[in-house]
Formats: sequence, C-alpha cells, structure tokens
Amino acid sequence: MILLTRRAEFSASHYYWVDAWTPEENARLFGKCSNRNGHGHNYTLEVTVEGEIDTTSGFVVDLKVLKAVIEREVLRDFDHRHLNIEVPEFKALLPTTENVAIAIWNRLAPHILGARLQRVRVYEMPDLFADYYGEP
Amino acid sequence: MRAYFSRRYRLSASHRLYSDAFSDERNVEVYGKCSNPHGHGHNYTVEVTVAGQVDPVTGMVCNMVELDECVQREIIDLFGHTNLNLYPGFHGLVPTTEAFCVMVYEMLSKVFDKAELVRVRIEETNNNSFEYPAGKPMAVRRVTDFRAV
Repeated sequence: MILLTRRAEFSASHYYWVDAWTPEENARLFGKCSNRNGHGHNYTLEVTVEGEIDTTSGFVVDLKVLKAVIEREVLRDFDHRHLNIEVPEFKALLPTTENVAIAIWNRLAPHILGARLQRVRVYEMPDLFADYYGEP
Repeated sequence: MRAYFSRRYRLSASHRLYSDAFSDERNVEVYGKCSNPHGHGHNYTVEVTVAGQVDPVTGMVCNMVELDECVQREIIDLFGHTNLNLYPGFHGLVPTTEAFCVMVYEMLSKVFDKAELVRVRIEETNNNSFEYPAGKPMAVRRVTDFRAV
C-alpha cells in the first residue's frame, strides 16, 4: 500500500455568519471572518489516495486522471467563486476550512477509481489547515 | 463528522545538546556542533493538530482563537526567546527537539480542553521535524469526546 498526493490551488471568498445569532455574537466568535462583505484566500488543496502499485504501469492512479477529476469536481466550482453564495454545499453550511475539506471529500470520493481516497487536506493559509479522512 | 484542524506557530529559542552522562569528547561525537558550549538557536515552527466532531452550527472543530490564545500563553510566551536548557522542566534532560515536542504535547494536553489534541509536530529547521505521538492521527483517538465551543 502506498500513498500518493496531488496538490491544487484555488482562490475563493467566504465569510462566517450564523443567522440565528446577533451581530455581536457573530463578531465575538468569528471576529474579522464575520464581515458580511466577505474576504478571500488562496487555498491549497492536497488530495491523498492510497492503493497498490499497478505492476504494469507502476502507478497507484493515473495522475492525469486524478488532476482532471479534481479540476472537474472541485476547481471548476470553487476557483474564483464566493463559497457562501456560489457553492451549493454552503447554502446552509458555513464554509469553514473543516467544512470545505468535508465537501471536497464528498465530491471526490465517488470518482477515485482504482484507489481509495485517504485524506483531503485544505490549507486556508500556510499556517491553518484542516484534514478529513472520511470518518463519521 | 470528525475532522482535524491544524495551526502553525513560530518561536525562536536556543539550546545546547550536551549530556552530563557523557564525557566532553563523547558529547561531541554524539551531538556534533549542537554541543558547542554556548548553545545555538532555531526558529522553531510548532504545528498543533486538534480533532473532533465538526460543530453543526459553527462548522468548526474548535474556536481557532481559543487554540491560538492557549498556545500563545502556554508555549510561545513561556519558551519564545529563551534558552531551553534553563527551563526547569528540562533540568537533567537534553532539550532535543524530540524531547521538546513531547513536552509541548504533554503541556497542551493538560490545559486545552476545547477539542482533542492529537498531534504536535515541531520543525527545528526547514530540513528536520519531529512529531508526537507517532502514527496516523486518526489512529490516535481517545475516549473523551470534546465538543466545540
């Protein structure tokens, strides 16, 4: 068993706001992230798959295919978008780094053929990142 | 759903790797230039990983500000711009980054109760880093189920 990781980048805006809370409560918990005009990040996505090395090709998965899946399932919808407004998963869910990682996992998992999705890591910035391993 | 949240912090400190159990010559053999008498310093990067269920309302494993405040107070304020050899906890110990990593994990795990601390990883330089506990973070699970906020 071997792990293989493909990295991709996307730039998007978001903000954190719970409608059921007062503006003061939102500001207290979310700080600057609660500015309803939004703000943006250069996100880095790391997709790790695990599997056996194919004896003929020497691949775990074909990286060209994995790149195309990430492009089609994630980047096309996330890159240069406002996550709260334009990505359906976040209509009723805050686009925190944790939730972005889970949403990306759910988009990619059915499309990883010949290997198992092992981890989705999303860096919101170099010093802040979330990992999701598909755990309940 | 259980997710893992990580933050990276920086602190600068000095240390000297020298064991009283060894002769001076043996210290040089074991620790090389790290045993130079007057110590040397590093810009350490301390990466702290916590885990837990993502809160359905806040979307968070824990409030990042609370983690930041805890690490700042318990670790950065204590060790930043100090000589690690002089910290009482290292009395009689060699402040290798392995030992420092275990110490930071043990100190944070005692005080941070907003989520489960699963990993401390310290980069001593760009070329070496240490993690504690070892193994996959998802395998290092405790019984306690801390909830966010």
